[in-house]
Amino acid sequence: MNAVAMPAAAEGVRRRRRLSLRGQPKSVLVGGAIVAVLVLAAVLAPLIAPYGQNELDFAQQLAAPSASHLFGTDDAGRDVFTRTLYGLRVDLAIVLFVTYVSLPLGVVAGAMAGYHGGWVDAAVSRITDVMVSFPFIVLVIAIVAIVGPGTKGVLIGVPIAGWALYARLARSEMLVLREQPFMLATTALGYTQRRAIFRHAIPNLIRSSLIYSTVDLVVNLMLLASLSYLGLGAQPPNAELGSVIAQGQSTLLNAWWVATLPGLVLVLFGVGVGLIGDGLSDGRLRGGRA
Amino acid sequence: MTQQGGPVLEVAGVTKEFSLRQTVGERLSRSEPTVHRAVDDVSFTLQPGEILGLAGGSGSGKTTLARCLIRLVEPDTGTVRLGGADMLAASGAELRELRRRMQMVFQDPYASLNPRMTVGQAILEAGRVHRRPGSEDGERFVAGVLERVHLSPSFADRRPRDLSGGQRQRVAVARALAVDPEVLIADEAVSALDVSVQAQLLKLFVDLRDQLGVAIIFVAHQLAVIAEVADRVAVMHEGRIVELGETATVFGAPRDAYTKALLAAHPRPNPRTKQEVRT
Amino acid sequence: MSTTVGPLLSIADVSIAFGNEHEPLCAVRSVSLEVEAGEVVGLVGESGSGKSLTCRSVMRLVAQPGRVSNGSIQFDGRDVLAMSPAELRAFRAGDVGMIYQDPFSSLNPVYRIGDQLVETLRANRGLRKAEARSEAAMLLERVGIPDPQRRLLSYPHELSGGMRQRVMIALATASRPRLLIADEPTTALDVTTQAQILELLLEMREQLGMAILLVSHDFGVIAQVCDRVAVMYGGHIVETGAVGAIYDNPQHPYTRALLESVPELEAAGRDRSEQPRPGIPGRPPELGEELPGCVFAPRCGYARPTCREVPMTLVPVGPAQASACPVQPFRQQEARA
Repeated sequence: MNAVAMPAAAEGVRRRRRLSLRGQPKSVLVGGAIVAVLVLAAVLAPLIAPYGQNELDFAQQLAAPSASHLFGTDDAGRDVFTRTLYGLRVDLAIVLFVTYVSLPLGVVAGAMAGYHGGWVDAAVSRITDVMVSFPFIVLVIAIVAIVGPGTKGVLIGVPIAGWALYARLARSEMLVLREQPFMLATTALGYTQRRAIFRHAIPNLIRSSLIYSTVDLVVNLMLLASLSYLGLGAQPPNAELGSVIAQGQSTLLNAWWVATLPGLVLVLFGVGVGLIGDGLSDGRLRGGRA
Repeated sequence: MTQQGGPVLEVAGVTKEFSLRQTVGERLSRSEPTVHRAVDDVSFTLQPGEILGLAGGSGSGKTTLARCLIRLVEPDTGTVRLGGADMLAASGAELRELRRRMQMVFQDPYASLNPRMTVGQAILEAGRVHRRPGSEDGERFVAGVLERVHLSPSFADRRPRDLSGGQRQRVAVARALAVDPEVLIADEAVSALDVSVQAQLLKLFVDLRDQLGVAIIFVAHQLAVIAEVADRVAVMHEGRIVELGETATVFGAPRDAYTKALLAAHPRPNPRTKQEVRT
Repeated sequence: MSTTVGPLLSIADVSIAFGNEHEPLCAVRSVSLEVEAGEVVGLVGESGSGKSLTCRSVMRLVAQPGRVSNGSIQFDGRDVLAMSPAELRAFRAGDVGMIYQDPFSSLNPVYRIGDQLVETLRANRGLRKAEARSEAAMLLERVGIPDPQRRLLSYPHELSGGMRQRVMIALATASRPRLLIADEPTTALDVTTQAQILELLLEMREQLGMAILLVSHDFGVIAQVCDRVAVMYGGHIVETGAVGAIYDNPQHPYTRALLESVPELEAAGRDRSEQPRPGIPGRPPELGEELPGCVFAPRCGYARPTCREVPMTLVPVGPAQASACPVQPFRQQEARA
């Protein structure tokens, strides 16, 4: 008899989850707006920059911020606003690349380790331990020593070490997820392990890694800036935020804007990304189980 | 479907031990790890179309036993034969095919479905992975499977979070049925549900047996639930089957002391039939 | 001792709402319930019926954003909802005790059993340390825990579920409360342990003369220990009366359907085709769903069109039995259904 359960057809309030701006926490919206403006400015730098990034104007050395030079000029008369835009452009491209190459590598390695356990887990865990405890900057400097100065050192060095934290995160999530009935069901249903890991587990554990990646983005940005500051990152004369700030340092006392304003842009980006990460993890808490 | 009247499932001498985690002190003194025998030399057979209840308190080993059967937990010793095929010797594609033939429904209706998949996706995936006939036409396949558990085709687009506990459990059953199993293991599948919903699910299991001829191992800690559906019952205690027989016989005239204690302690809805307390 | 004549606990017309002022989502609606001194009253219902919220409101433990939006709660003539924080503390510490479903999470895992008991006794009764220790041992003995001196040194995880629930009962009854609220106290336990805990509750009632308000989803549990029972559905009490009377002669269709759904040992070996348990088709109302008239009408086999119009009120249907079914007696409709 169908009579018993057919009323089920009329049951339940249908709710659909859609990706929409509405209903997102306010911090995500604010953070998203900040990041969007900065990314847009970086992408459109050649269009909106008022000057060339290496355009010298010795008549305008160390000019204070004004209508013609929003962020002022540096000791060679270059427009700091222009250099900030170009610097941001370089930095964002590199940082997004290294972060989102590290993330999938780490998530897959961690998920495999957590799912299989045994020697796979032991191997992955030991390697991540080494990577996490290895002084990161020394590793990057070593790579720079091999491949020569420039952004290549960061592009290679960060993914080599950066995946380890994602692997740890994914592994610990997987250990919990593995015991969930719906994961047990993938085994019971006779699915392959590849299907279980990639189709069922990873979509459910990647969120924490994505949230962490917002922190990682900022960390990597700071790393890149500090390497450039040390002269190991982007090479002059092309603009990069770290090197712009480094150059401004010598004139900090008589022309504060050269180092400070690009630095504030860096901070603004960090705040924007942080807000997004914060909002996402809040949503996760609330979304919890329901 | 029946293989010349033989049992669909033969379980013999299945044993599973877990060694308890040792403290640092114990490790240093190199004492032997304490071993807990969760399943202890269990044997039984299951006929096609039979519903076998597996009863016992928490820690009796009934869930571990159920998991050993499809090797979610690897048994230490023993044999499990599904339609004559050796479950424990199989591996790779052969094991996946054997697992298809013996499906499982889990206790927690809130966690047994992937929250990121719609009902239709989950059912269709199961059907397609095992190339079930009809699964090329996704919509019809899903509707057909949903109908077996008395859910309307409109459920295909829903996600687990939009369903009630009873509906989720129906979907979990539907997903298991999508691969045409010969044996269905229901591991406390109705324990988390309200009685009014539980009654409907119990009826569903009996209907499935009657209509599809699927044999069911019904694991439950509530004896009354087993009384409602099972033809035979096995009572487990400390890893062993202490009593096995026709449900009416075992519940009407229990022989084992533990079975007697379980039956006596069962809370009767009739206030004049008082339970007994044994301490 | 009580000076007032009247019930020990009187819940009158209590509603509990979530959501904000403009859009209140009612989880409990106009519930009235009385518990006499020394009486064991059951509150039975399925998930979402509002039974746990109702019993929590007695101790003012309804968590934000939930709140008692209407009605009054009187304990021994005192208005619980009007108590000051200090009065409320004294009330919780001395007059009522409460035990929960999960005895593991109610005990702090990093402290020994004894320390938790001693701390409670010192805080609530102002005992000195040595007094509190011997009192704690006495309490454990009273709830049937063997070798109490040694058990005081155990951590919660070293005890079985049944033992932990005994410790919880010892804690909750330490100040000889006049009312014990037990919210699904045996749901996480095996049947054999469940029977022992229920027996213990009845013993404690005898010994201390306290009343018990027992919340359970299992009518079997209620039937074994309660004198009276109130059946909840969709935030309303739909029927109340003596357990025996309700079991023999349910006067509300929901109670009847609920009782018919309860699995029974006697079903063993019965022909499955005869007398199948139908369960209750459809679904219970969701939080905040406003249903006109009787909440059960949409799922009720006896419902008439008028059921969607009349308000729900408990009407006496026998000696000490009351039902909120607008169709009285509803069974005359049986031929039609």
